[in-house]
Amino acid sequence: MSVDPVLSEAPARPDGPDHASGSAAGPRRRVVRRLLHNPLAVASGLVLVVAVLVGVLAPVLAPYTAEATDFGATLAPPGTPGHLLGTDDLGRDVLSRILLGMRASLLVAVLAVVTAIGVGVPLGLVAGYFRAVDGVISRLTDLMLAFPFLILAVGLAAVRGASLGNAAIAIGIAQVPGIIRVVRSDTLRLKSLDFVAAAVVDGASDLWVLLRHVLPNATSVVLVQATVAVPAAILGEAVLSFLGLGIQPPAPSLGTMLAAAQPFAARAPWNAVMPGLAIMLLALSFNVFGDSLRDALDPRGSRR
Amino acid sequence: MTTATTTTGDRPAPADGEPVLEVRDLSVTFTTEGGTVSAVDGVDLTLGRGEIVGVVGESGCGKSVTAMSLAGLLPRSAEVTGSVELLGRQLRGAPPAQLRAVRGNEIAYIFQEPMSSLNPVLTVGRQVSEVLQVHERMSRARARERAVELLRLVGIPSPERRVRQYPHELSGGMRQRVMIAMAVACDPTVLVADEPTTALDVTVQAGILDVLRGLRDRLGTSILVITHDLGVIADVADRVVVMYAGRVVERAGVEELFVHPRHHYAAGLLSASPTPGRYAAADDRLQEIPGLVPTLAEQPDACTFADRCPAATDRCRSAAPPLAELDPGSGHEVACWHPRGSTPTTDHPAGEEDA
Amino acid sequence: MSTDTATDAGAADPGAPVLELEDLVMHFGPVRAVDGVSLSIAPGRVTALVGESGSGKSTVGRCVVRLLSPTSGTVRLGGTDVTGLGRRAMRPHRREVSIVFQDPAGSLDPRMLVGDVVAEPLRLQGRGGGRAERERRVAEQLERVGLDRSVAQRYPHELSGGQRQRVSLARALVSEPRLLVADEPTSALDVSVQASVLNLLADLQRDIGFACLFITHDLSAVEYLADDIAVLYLGQVVETGTREEVFARPRHPYTQALLAAAPVADPVRQRERTRVLLGDDLPSAIDPPSGCRFHTRCPLAVDRCATEEPVLRTVGGGGSVACHLVDDDGSGPDVRDATPGATPDATTDPDHDDRPGSPA
Repeated sequence: MSVDPVLSEAPARPDGPDHASGSAAGPRRRVVRRLLHNPLAVASGLVLVVAVLVGVLAPVLAPYTAEATDFGATLAPPGTPGHLLGTDDLGRDVLSRILLGMRASLLVAVLAVVTAIGVGVPLGLVAGYFRAVDGVISRLTDLMLAFPFLILAVGLAAVRGASLGNAAIAIGIAQVPGIIRVVRSDTLRLKSLDFVAAAVVDGASDLWVLLRHVLPNATSVVLVQATVAVPAAILGEAVLSFLGLGIQPPAPSLGTMLAAAQPFAARAPWNAVMPGLAIMLLALSFNVFGDSLRDALDPRGSRR
Repeated sequence: MTTATTTTGDRPAPADGEPVLEVRDLSVTFTTEGGTVSAVDGVDLTLGRGEIVGVVGESGCGKSVTAMSLAGLLPRSAEVTGSVELLGRQLRGAPPAQLRAVRGNEIAYIFQEPMSSLNPVLTVGRQVSEVLQVHERMSRARARERAVELLRLVGIPSPERRVRQYPHELSGGMRQRVMIAMAVACDPTVLVADEPTTALDVTVQAGILDVLRGLRDRLGTSILVITHDLGVIADVADRVVVMYAGRVVERAGVEELFVHPRHHYAAGLLSASPTPGRYAAADDRLQEIPGLVPTLAEQPDACTFADRCPAATDRCRSAAPPLAELDPGSGHEVACWHPRGSTPTTDHPAGEEDA
Repeated sequence: MSTDTATDAGAADPGAPVLELEDLVMHFGPVRAVDGVSLSIAPGRVTALVGESGSGKSTVGRCVVRLLSPTSGTVRLGGTDVTGLGRRAMRPHRREVSIVFQDPAGSLDPRMLVGDVVAEPLRLQGRGGGRAERERRVAEQLERVGLDRSVAQRYPHELSGGQRQRVSLARALVSEPRLLVADEPTSALDVSVQASVLNLLADLQRDIGFACLFITHDLSAVEYLADDIAVLYLGQVVETGTREEVFARPRHPYTQALLAAAPVADPVRQRERTRVLLGDDLPSAIDPPSGCRFHTRCPLAVDRCATEEPVLRTVGGGGSVACHLVDDDGSGPDVRDATPGATPDATTDPDHDDRPGSPA
């Protein structure tokens, strides 16, 4: 007796096998289930959760403050009692600085991406929906893509001073074109669909269509783009801080740590290697998770 | 489930009807992230030389999966069991290289959407002659000549001019004709046409069906037509196989099936489409088949149509009806415990419980 | 034969046509998708707009609901000219007309609950009172189209194609429009599901009495559902008439060819029928043929057809037709008699000189 009564109400499908995945409530559940089936997604997701928790709780978790110096143990190697990952040239605890630096790096990255989304999503929606302004916005996007990121950051630092906030703004602006592009193309796709036409026939205004139909359906591409943008932002922060255009010493960030470690790189490589590893792990996890998320959101199902 | 005999010899096939393609107990199971799906279950199918057999059913009945499995066109997530013999040679489980050689040479396919199967940057003449150069090892000049002949064979006007055109310059019907020309370039024994006219307008459809019939008449090609459209079946098929939820539920000569459908699903399909002269009125409604084709994780030992069937009884839900002839020698087989219009004289197991 | 229940729909001028198209023209750049279509639908009538792909039938539908702004010509809804109205000015007239699309997958917002989809027109038009009242009407609509009211709490992807098309109908009818534009509503569905949607459409139309512009290529559905028929070829109407007239006595050679080509689910009749093969190439809408647009494919065309454009004129016996060969009393040749199995290469159609499979 296995004519499944639930399945007799199965959704419509073409004459093919690939639609058997049952439909629980809501598309989101399906995405979560797909993610949980992907070991890479689970691993990278766990790393990210831990990283965020560490970032939030860094002041509590760190055994020392970022500036606490121990001149009795400068450039101590990893494994030194009391300094698990060693110390730097001023005797500051590397582990504490990595934990606190990760907090700063994540903060910059998130601020940058939020900025990028806040600016890019509305522009992308407008560009995709209104043909009249599409040309202007798209050319502007091209212009921004052609403009060197570092010159932008240097300019911003020169005008407004080097700081965490300004670094976030510079990085965020650099990411706006990417957001505009994906949102614009998704808007172009969505606005040609029949449910948008049906709403227009029923008297929906452009704003209604954009906010109620286009934006909710575009969230998945924004989400994916954001997970790609975060690691880029983390790297961007490291670059700016390394160059002295971002977070200012002695405040720790993964980038400033790299910069500070440079003169002693041969004698105390752990000073550079440890924050480098942290950057790599964060960026890699975001990238892997972003890829998995994109696959999970793909309505055509999993490719194998 | 697996039924005994084929009935090819009994059918009035235009040629001698000697079987060229014999499918035995074919089953296909897909493994997906949501579990397994049984798409085809124990299908038997025989195609005689020069015969046109129509496989009809709705979305999800397994007709396309059956067609694709014949020459190993299914993705690797499909597990195929059973036997597919083409001219006495076993195709199921054959190595990919051998299957590739068989495809194009002995068994050829045409699909619903000709545009996606044609290369947009090559002229149609080039594409047809490439098939010949690869499979038949013809010289370039000879292949080109033959391409013109083939395009003429499939009813393309002024083929000398058309060979120089690109796919986008042709209408949908012309593109489908080009696809047919490529498919029959190597004079295949069997042509599998999967929804060949579904994407086309009715005035164009008639011409394509004429081409298929012409191939059979002139070249003796055996054709398997996969379609959801009973009009197509009525037009070209000699015999009909009705599929439902992965199983063959009825098999008969085309006229017999349309006049005396015995399975309730086949009858439902026939009366679901509006017929000429009918007009919606309170007392004249199209027959609906309530419910949907089920997606099955495994095939039950029961009639899978029982939940939608007006004549279903407990027996239908507890045992799968075998595909068997109602009247011996009639060639009309049905898998139903309570076939429609059974007469008391029949010795079919279902005879006592007439629907 | 038409239902006459629509006159109580409470419109200002109940007798006026629900829809009038006058010389509607819609060009997309060089593509002349619709080129002078005039059409009128009386309250409660179902008019089928029949044509092959590329005939411009869907474009006409989109002009009617003002998804497109016509290049020229007028669209009148309930007697009001809405052609030049902007989006805001159009809004009060939106409730006059609704549309159902072909693709059941694309016509419902995947992120919205079915209940919200059906309620959207009420919210947009500022009607339906409070939330409770809206929910009541949504439930009522869902039950009217044969769905359980609990479907309101589900997402579109959880429904089958037929169920989604029912939701589309519920949504289209929730604002009680006087005109429903149904753009190939059953073409994407399986046969047995098509039957249930056609039945539903027929039932709803009979009960509620809305007028319907039924856009389709499916002649069997047309015969089942329509009161009147307009046949479209390359953006122009070539024949109009009541269902009975057109099916019993098609005048235009194109209509005759269409009817001859529509497959019949009966092997004996299907194989006995005279085939009218038109050749595959629908001429380009960028540069349509001179004179009668059908002359390049018409088996009966004479010299005059290539030079002089026939006007759509009323002929004896009802209906109208645009063909030089049809007399004023409505009599004319029939392509189905003219080519009894003969090869049409003697005609203007060079296509099937090597037609395989000629009937024996």
